[in-house]
Order: sequence, then structure tokens, then C-alpha cells
Amino acid sequence: MTDPIEAPRRKNPLLRTRLPTSPPRARSRTSHGFTRAAAEGRFMLQRCEACGKFTYPAREACPMCLSARLVFVDAPPRGTLLAETTARVPSDVYFRERAPWRVGLVKMDCGPTMISHLHADCAEGVAVRMSFQLDKSGQAVAFARPEAETPNMADDRQWREMSADPKFRRVFVTNGRSAIGREAALALKAAGANVVFVGIAEPWRPFAGEELLRGQDGIELVNFDAANEKSTGDLAADIGGKVDILVNTTEYVRPGGLLDRKGTSIARDEIDHAYLGFINLAQAFGPVMRMRGADGINNSVAWVNILSVHALANWPAFGAYSASQAACLSLSHCLRAELRPGGIKLMNVFTGPVDTEWFQTVPPPKVAPRAIAQAVVAGLRGGLEEMYVGDVAEEIRQRLAANPKALERELDR
Amino acid sequence: MTISLRTPYDGIVMAAPVTIPYVRYSIDSAQWWIGRALSAIVAQAGIRVSDIDGLCVSSFTLGADSGIGLTQHFGLCVRWLDTIPLGGASAIAALRKAARAVQARDADIVVCVAGDTNHVDSFRSTLENFSRFNQDAVYPYGAGGANSSFALIARNYMRRFGVTREDVGRIAVAQRSNALRNPHALMKTPLTLEQYLAARPISDPIHLFDCVMPCAGAEAFLVMREDTAASLRLPAAKLLSTIERHNAFADDPMQVRGGWAMDIGELYAMAGIRPDALDVVQTYDDYPIITMMQFEDLGFCSKGEGAAFVRQHDLTVGGDFPHNTSGGQLSVGQAGAAGAYLGLVEGLRQVLGMAGPTQVADANLCLASGFGMINYDRGLASGAAILAGPSR
Amino acid sequence: MHSKTLLDLAGAIASGAVRVIDLSFTLSPDFPVIVLPPEFGQAAPVRIQEISRYDARGPAWYWNNVTFGEHTGTHFDAPIHWFTGKDLANNAVDTMPAKDMIAPACVIDCSAQAAQDPDFVLTVPIVEAWEARHGRIPSRHWVLLRTDWSKKGWRDYSNLRDDGAHTPGPNAAVMKWLVEERGIIGFGTETIGTDAGQAGHFEPPYPAHHFLHGAGRYGLQCLCNLDQLPPIGAIVVASPLKIQNGSGSPLRVIALVSSA
Repeated sequence: MTDPIEAPRRKNPLLRTRLPTSPPRARSRTSHGFTRAAAEGRFMLQRCEACGKFTYPAREACPMCLSARLVFVDAPPRGTLLAETTARVPSDVYFRERAPWRVGLVKMDCGPTMISHLHADCAEGVAVRMSFQLDKSGQAVAFARPEAETPNMADDRQWREMSADPKFRRVFVTNGRSAIGREAALALKAAGANVVFVGIAEPWRPFAGEELLRGQDGIELVNFDAANEKSTGDLAADIGGKVDILVNTTEYVRPGGLLDRKGTSIARDEIDHAYLGFINLAQAFGPVMRMRGADGINNSVAWVNILSVHALANWPAFGAYSASQAACLSLSHCLRAELRPGGIKLMNVFTGPVDTEWFQTVPPPKVAPRAIAQAVVAGLRGGLEEMYVGDVAEEIRQRLAANPKALERELDR
Repeated sequence: MTISLRTPYDGIVMAAPVTIPYVRYSIDSAQWWIGRALSAIVAQAGIRVSDIDGLCVSSFTLGADSGIGLTQHFGLCVRWLDTIPLGGASAIAALRKAARAVQARDADIVVCVAGDTNHVDSFRSTLENFSRFNQDAVYPYGAGGANSSFALIARNYMRRFGVTREDVGRIAVAQRSNALRNPHALMKTPLTLEQYLAARPISDPIHLFDCVMPCAGAEAFLVMREDTAASLRLPAAKLLSTIERHNAFADDPMQVRGGWAMDIGELYAMAGIRPDALDVVQTYDDYPIITMMQFEDLGFCSKGEGAAFVRQHDLTVGGDFPHNTSGGQLSVGQAGAAGAYLGLVEGLRQVLGMAGPTQVADANLCLASGFGMINYDRGLASGAAILAGPSR
Repeated sequence: MHSKTLLDLAGAIASGAVRVIDLSFTLSPDFPVIVLPPEFGQAAPVRIQEISRYDARGPAWYWNNVTFGEHTGTHFDAPIHWFTGKDLANNAVDTMPAKDMIAPACVIDCSAQAAQDPDFVLTVPIVEAWEARHGRIPSRHWVLLRTDWSKKGWRDYSNLRDDGAHTPGPNAAVMKWLVEERGIIGFGTETIGTDAGQAGHFEPPYPAHHFLHGAGRYGLQCLCNLDQLPPIGAIVVASPLKIQNGSGSPLRVIALVSSA
């Protein structure tokens, strides 16, 4: 059973902050099939389409029948731990400073054996549940956990290297004026965050739900407008050193595409808030977060963006908005790469139309802001990189993979 | 009794065992170490460089070079060339290929050489870039390197067959005793079983004295026909038999046996001897547990009886089962790919009566084995050779 | 006029005999802007983006890119801003007569009433009462409505509620009267807009905009320091940026006040 982690103490200002290091990062191209699985929280292995056998590690031909038709498919994650060892003097800096480090060899029920990181509660000869996780290098690794929940399971030292659990961490939700931001702040606080800073732009404007945030224990409203360069810089100067998880809930939704809109002023607003706001945020908070990636129990761990799934495929009814989201999606990949040396995860949460005033005329299903907030918490706990919340988002993901042209045509209606 | 249908190694011999004494760290390159081995072997055999017409090389640290670059580097003009990247199985594999080359007269005098340097960071970099499976699915897991991989194998093996650390430790302790006779061994202090047991854990159940010390060094020997050796007046050992196997028993969920178990019948049939006829045995000892596994797989005892075998025999130079007489990699050091050569070259010295302080009396028949390439969860390559001294 | 008059003015300014009062707020991203229903186009807030600050982007100099809507911060409304003034000649900030940028002002102090009632409305009788004390408002004068609104925190300053903003302003009758009967050059307030927060419900809606701009007159809003001005006798300098066909602009408004 895992001991619960203790609440972090205040930093000793006389000690140098431990800098982030990265576990080994090199992988073969084919092996990134696991990266995709880990990013989405799926357990996938290669399976031979010719003989049906699962195989691992990633191969270019089936070792049973030499077919090249090895496809990454969802696989049953159950296995049995055959043997374990504890590496005490690893040759790599990342593991050496985290030693002792426990790994094992797991025989999967579906066939292959996998070398895997071990949760402390895994025992030899006992069933385990395998998953792919993204480690601090951003690459996929196999991680075996006990099949059933155990006490304080998420507090396992090795697991916490893979997850971005809000417990004991300090969170900054950038926009508390939106329903998503409000729900996210409440959900993260409930998930054990030490404090949730909530950005409020134009504090002279009242907003719905303000009373839910103001005066709440552990929730601190801060004057913040992502689109305002000075505001982002000022706030980062104040709290940048204690933001462990940043949840970018910047939201600027306006209907319309190109021809039925006149001029660029609305588009500019969209870009101002969503895209330039993202840049301001990244420049203000990114460098410190990257530097604090190994800073103890409450190290900096994750950056979350809430994006429209139409970042992936333009929805002409909200065409310009879709484009602003696509720009943010592209930028998020840049930020992911730039945060990577700090071991900071970047998670994009894709949603369909949200149940707010801007999608009022859109028929259901729509996503409840609370569902998005819960997904953010679940994604952080699971250490994910991509999440699709709600039926519309999930459908668009699947349809995009199946036939992008069909999706493009069908979004035009 | 297995009958071997393979062409016998009639009149194929090995000669001129060369070891360039190891150092823990070297600022020189692998090319430098291989150059020293070539120079020594030419001197020892009394031949000219131009007499060498075959070259077989193994190394982890040559950088972009393979055998072909080395011919120009060392001024060799050969008509047969091979580069063997099989880690701990390289020496046996090199011997097999060279033997057939000289037997077929594709070459007359083949130098088999392995050498590696050891810079301060070269061990880590070798681990990191070892193989694709290693890179994808082993190294990112704690970066324990071979220690962690063999720890898993050892743990499973020990549990399954009731083997204790004391049993395994006897092998390491006996080898240290042998090493104290060898002036070139890097380990120069005695090792007791108590010290072995008290050593710090590296990757449980692997402890410090289960591990080899990476170092720099080189080893080499010559392969030729008996008539060539005679014309050079070189003492030479006959090659009786060899085996080689890769990726054996792929269906075993964990490795409890190596490829030897698949080919052992043929090994002894081709040599025309039984295991108990051997005078000296040189196993591949990257970890003593692997040596114990080889005692079983090479036919000295049954599977699961390795521990009892170790308890019942004295593995030192003067014992009833002289084994890894130079001290083995555990006590001499592991000079990269040269580690594959260490046992074979020592075995050659033994049957030629050239082993000096580690010489086993009347050693005539020797078995040397190789084991290598823990690509993912197990060692993939295995090999063995039986040599006979000139008196046989 | 003799050129000595101007020199005397300069001397008076230098000596302090004429004080220069800054009636402008700092143009900053934090300053509230007018809030329209979100489906309408919105005034872009002030954005200040650093180009360089003695750094790799420009080692010896500091400068910014600044963007803003025409109606942000302390700003000027030209007749073209409102539909009633759309067809007038010279109705934009770039074409308006430069001489209109300097004019005397009458300051009507309603701060006591505004303190009691955020929806305080300026009426003809109130202005008539003011005239009874200070004399008739001369033509081509600014009328500045002092409410001390500029002294509030931003939240109270905008005073947004779920039925809209609640801030003081003129009613329709007084605006029509000031324009037609008194011939004022313009009307200025401390609040966001020359009209009251609830003026959308007046008849006509937004009467200050309606009557001022329909008659080619001007608006000034988000003024401050009106409490430092005398009821009569101040000269207001309000020269908007010369934006092509601009409907208004943020500007530095100053007033000249005799200290005697």
C-alpha cells in the first residue's frame, strides 16, 4: 500500500531549485504508435492483421508470420508481473536522481512480455493493469498498476512522475469569467489543489457565477487579461513562480465565417483573445514553469488548453472562430516542444459546442462546462495529452481519421 | 548420441593468443587498442603485416568505422574481411567464420580481433544506443542497462530453481581467487563470500560483485590451417567443434536457458568428446547467474541443478572444475566486445600451455562459450567452441 | 488680435497665473470601455505591445505598438459618430474645423445629486438654476457635467447591473435645449459616454448623441478633474487625433484656468 504524499512545505530559499532532467527520449518512428496511445490514454499494441497475434516492442514485421501488416489497435491491458527489479544506480541522470527505481517484466494475457515501470503496489505473480504513459521526456512508456484500486494509489512516487495530479499543486485558471473557467476552478480545488488562482479580466464588469468564486477558501481571484501584454507580465511577476498547472480557459466565441461578416474587427478580437492571449500567457508563464519541472512535490507539471474540436476541422457556421482555434492548436504544438525540456505536459482538451449562450441555437448534444472541468481533472490525473470531451468532439475525431473530405462536406450545412 | 553432419574442422587451428592489458578508463580510441593488438599479434607470431590476408573485427566504440576502414587505417591488404557486432558472442562467431574461410582457402591467415576503449561517458552512451528494442522498450525504464535486464532474469531464475545468492556468489569468489594469479586483472584484492553478500545492491538481486567493470582493452588470435602454422613454427590448438544460435526459445516467457541447450548434442558430437573430458571451461560471465545457467545448458548438470553443481565443485585454477581461469570478466574487467574474446583467448593459452600463473596442469581440452546481445528481455546470441592442445 | 495677447497667455501659463488642468485619464488597457450587447461589434480595448525596451529587439530605445478603438479612454466624439450627423459637412475628426478644438467651458456641478442617485438626470430646470447663478450659457461653449464619477473605482465607475449601466447623464429635453437654444459647441461628462447609462430607454434613445451630433456638435467623455474647474471661465483644449474619416479619438484634454 502506498503512503500518502505529504503536503509540500515552503521552499527553503537557501537551496538551489532542482532543475528538470529528461529520461531517455530516443525512439524509433514506429514506436510512436505508443506515443499516440499514451497521449489519448489508450492501451494499444501492434497486432498482425494476417495472423492476429499481438507483438511488442514495436516491429516492422510480425515475428510469427513476417507479415508487414502490423496495426496499432486497442489491446486488453491485463497481464501478470513475472519479475521485478529495483535499479539503484542507473546510468542516466534523470533516473539516478530518482533512484531507487522499480521496473518489471509483465506477461500480457494477450501474448507479449513487456518491460514496464511498476506502481509500488504491484507484486510478482499478481495481475496488473498495463497502460502507456508519457514520461518526463514526453515519450510513451509502459506502466503497470495493480488491477484494483489501492489506497493512495495516485500518490505512488513513480506514478506521480507520469501524471499531473492537481493534489497539492497550485493552479492558475486564466479566465474565470467563463462557465468553463469557473467549473474548472471549482473542480481543481476539489481535486486537491492547494490554491487555484482565477484570472478575471475587466474586473469592473460583473459576471455570472462570481459569487461562487469570490471568497471561496483556496480560490484567489486575480486581475488578469490574457490579451493584455502588461497584465500577463504583471501577474506572472506576482504568481509565476507558483503556478504548477496552468489551465488556459480563454474563450472568445462568435458565430460567422467570412462572407457574411464585414471586416476584420471581430476576427481581430478572436485572434487577440485566443491567439495573442496564448502567446502572452506562454511568454509570461512558460519559462518559469519549464524551469520548475522538478521542483519537489508541487513541481510545475502541466499546461492545459481548452480548444474547440473545430480546430481540427473548420465549421463554417463558426468559421472564423474555428480558424482562431486552429491557430491555437498549432501554437500548442510549438509550446509543447518548448516546455518539453522541463518535463511539462501540454494537454489539449477538445470540446464540441458548449452549453453556453454562444451556441444557444446549436442543437444538442452540447457539452456541459462541468463535464469539461471534470475531464481536465481526469486528464491531469491520467497524464494525458489529448482529450475529446463530449459526443461531438469524439465523433469529429473519428470522422476526421476516417475521411477528412467527408467531414469537411458534412460540416458545411 | 547426436551425430553431426557438419563438415569437420580438419586441420584448422588457432594460434597466437594476445591480450592487451586492460585499463579502467582510456583516453585512447578503440582504433588505438585494436592497433596495439594487431601489432602484438604480428610480433608474437613472427609474421609480417602483409602476411595477414583475413581480418575479423568486433567493437562497440569504433564510431563510424567498420572493418573496411580499419584495413586502410592499419595498412592491411586482406582478401577476406568481416565485422561482427554480436557482443558477447562475437569471438565464437568470428572463430567459426574465420575457420571456414581458411578451410576453404579463401584466406590463409585471419586475425580475429576485438577491442574497445572506455571513456568516462562511453558506457552510458553504449547503453543508450545499444539496439532499437533497447532504445524503444528497455533503456527508458530506469536506465539500469544490462544490470536491470539481467536482474529480472536472475530474480526469476533464482526463485524458480531455489537458487540463493550464496550459490551465485561462489562463482564470483572462485573467479576472484583465479584473478589474483593474473597480473593483468583489474581486481587485485581477494573477495570473500561474506564480502560478496554484503555488497551494495545495484539492481536487485544483482549486487556489486555480480557486475563486470567496464574498461578498455583488446584481445586477438589467429586462425589458419595446420600446415600454415607448421610452416611458421607456431604452437597451435586444434578447433574441434563449434555451435552458434540466435533468438532461441523465443516462446519462453522469461529466459531460463540459452541457445546452447538447443545445440549441445551437436557440440560434443562434432568434438567427439563428452563434457567430463574437458580439462578447463571458460564461460561467458557477464553475470555469475549466466554462468550458472551455462553449467546446465552446456551439459555439466541438468536444468535446475546449477546451484548444486557450483556447491559441489571447486571452480578455481587448482580445483576439480577449473573455470574462468584468468578471473573472467567479473575480475579482469569487461573491455566491450573484447569481453567476448577473453575466455576464448585464455582457453587458447591454456591448451597451448602458455597461461603462465593461471595455467591449469595438463590442460588439453577446453570449452569456451559466448553469450550476447540483450536486445530486449533476454540474451539472444549463444555460442561455444571446443579446442584441443597440440598434444591431442 | 495683437500678438502680445498670445505672449501674455504664454507668460501667464509659465508664471502660473493661468493654470493648466489635465482633464484626461491615462490611456491604459485597464480603463473600462463602453459595453454593448456582445452580438454588436465592440470597441477594441487599449492594447500596448512592447516593440523593444533597450534589449535585443532594439538596444538603445524603448517604444510600443498601441492599438485601441476610437472610443476608448478619455475621448472625443465627432458628429459622424451618430447617424444624425452622418451627412453633415466636415463631420469627422480629420475634417472638423481646428478652431473648434479650443473653446470656453461652463461646468455644471451635479456631484451632490449624482452621489445620491446613479441614475441622476440633468434637466432644463437644473441648467436654468445654474444660469440663474452664473449667467446664461454663451454660444459655442462646452457644457461639462461634473458628477465626480471619475473619482470612483472602476467597478462603481461602470456600475453595470443586469439591466445595464447606471450612470448619470442628460435627458432629451436638456440636450435639445442646450443645442438649439444655447448653441453649445459640445457636451462633456466624466462617465463612459455623454449619455446616461440608461439612456437607451430615453426618447429619443441616447439624446446627447442624437442632438449634439445631429447639429454638428461634439462630445467629450471620461473626463476627470472637473472639480478643479470654475463654473465659468475655463478654456478647454480638445484636439482629437487626425484619423482619416474618424468618428472620434482618445485625446489629451486640458483646460486653462485663471488662478486669479
